[in-house]
Amino acid sequence: MEILVQLLNALPGSFSQGLIWGIMAIGVYVTYRILDVADLTVDGSFATGGAVAVILILNGCNLWLAMLIAFIAGLLAGAITGLLHTCMGIPVILAGILTQLALYSINLKIMGKANQSVNVNKTDLLVSLRWVKELAFRNPLITVGVVLLFLILALYWFFGTEMGCAIRATGINLNMSRAQGINTNFNKVLGIMLSNGLVAFSGAFLAQYQGFADVKMGQGAIVIGLAAVIIGEAVFGKIFKNFALRLLSVAFGSVIYYIVIQTVITLGMDANLLKLLSASIVAVFLAVPYWRAQYASRHMRKQKGGKENA
Amino acid sequence: MLKISNVEKTFNPGTINEKKALNGINLHIEKGDFVTVIGGNGAGKSTMLNMIAGVHPVDCGSIVIDGIDITHLPEYKRAKYLGRVFQDPMTGTAADMQIEENLALAARRGKRRTLRTGITSGERAEYKELLKILGLGLEERLTAKVGLLSGGQRQALTLLMATLKKPKLLLLDEHTAALDPKTAKKVLEITEEIVSKDKLATLMITHNMHDAIKYGNRLIMMHEGRIIVDVKGEEKKKLTIAQLLELFEKASGSEFASDKVMLSKNRE
Repeated sequence: MEILVQLLNALPGSFSQGLIWGIMAIGVYVTYRILDVADLTVDGSFATGGAVAVILILNGCNLWLAMLIAFIAGLLAGAITGLLHTCMGIPVILAGILTQLALYSINLKIMGKANQSVNVNKTDLLVSLRWVKELAFRNPLITVGVVLLFLILALYWFFGTEMGCAIRATGINLNMSRAQGINTNFNKVLGIMLSNGLVAFSGAFLAQYQGFADVKMGQGAIVIGLAAVIIGEAVFGKIFKNFALRLLSVAFGSVIYYIVIQTVITLGMDANLLKLLSASIVAVFLAVPYWRAQYASRHMRKQKGGKENA
Repeated sequence: MLKISNVEKTFNPGTINEKKALNGINLHIEKGDFVTVIGGNGAGKSTMLNMIAGVHPVDCGSIVIDGIDITHLPEYKRAKYLGRVFQDPMTGTAADMQIEENLALAARRGKRRTLRTGITSGERAEYKELLKILGLGLEERLTAKVGLLSGGQRQALTLLMATLKKPKLLLLDEHTAALDPKTAKKVLEITEEIVSKDKLATLMITHNMHDAIKYGNRLIMMHEGRIIVDVKGEEKKKLTIAQLLELFEKASGSEFASDKVMLSKNRE
């Protein structure tokens, strides 16, 4: 019973955190599902977003402007990865790792040290974990929820435009895209930029929410993003077919992920083992479609063989 | 219209896998020419089409379409002038997009892609009419994912996409080879209908001698990276498979040796 109360108490917190990471997961969805590349820049650009936002806020910058600049910083980080990949022929995974490593130094330079805090008592913030249980507009659930819905609508619109369709086509079929006059390299860069813009935006939210930006805050972000994408698809894939709803399911996937994590911590699991748990879950879920295909083909062979013998 | 001059291409030069794929290609195609291309395996047919399309850069020579030198243009830029259908039905369309979205992508070939809507309602009505021409019932499935279509349906759709914006040259790379004979025939009929309606200059590779003779107004045969036989007009109309083989042997000094072609030459 006590555990249940504890869980319920923690619920608003994990819900808010899940929504914030949900924005990042949607960014991962853009590269992983739409562009069909695994972009590891995320781990660095997430912290970049947080660092940029915190420093700007500490210097008295308008909060929404700080968010916008964090978004732009993410776009730039993505552009680096995209250019390393398309102009220098570096495989996209490696390009992402290189950018991520470089961003570690850049994030340190932005903040001047490994972490920077913003105190919600001294500065105005958009979101803070202090407010998670308040019945007010400044509750992070409302702020982040509204922003998330707005972003989903904006992405829904964008991927329906000529430019957005070209990015989708690039992710699905490179040969066809080029034959239809689509500059596939340009679109890859654009997609990776957009993805990292969203990731940095999410990092900017999280830094305010937790009250500090840390150079390591993005560590393992890609795994959380993938987990959210996979959980979202597994849970809502059958009912959510529309593109906007699919993005929403990714955000929900992230919320579910945080609730599960909160639950296992409350149940007494060693918090040091969390990343091991996340990685294992993602590994298994990534393997499921592969195993299913293997099982199906073996099944087919058996059936065929059976017929021949009969 | 299309003018290919002295185009050469060697793959993996300087290595043990060195392969001279094109050995000085010269070809001049007029407006409205429907040229069938035939030749054994490794004769350079697909390489020639890929050079025109810009998949690989040429080693030397030039390719000019309608007075525009496209020799060094990247693939996506010359797509403006070309319509392409590939051998593999999976290659020509985006499986995870709807039929109408695929057509809309093709309708914007050669145009700058902006933040305007990817498909207008006017287009939808237009595509519905166009799909009726195929006679495959696709006009009722505009919003179906292309991945759900059969190989033949996908090739027919690719053909429509390739010709939606009238290309200066249509490139067909054995586009019926992966289909069953009945579907292949249907797709070829659609091909001829579209090509003759729009009077499109066309290069069609086929491994079927019968088709190579039946379709088009000109036939070229390739061997070891060269064009060795070029038959046009009346002469082409009267051509038989036996004559074709004879022509080949005379021009190349060797026997026609391609299992694929030999097997398919008697097929009706």
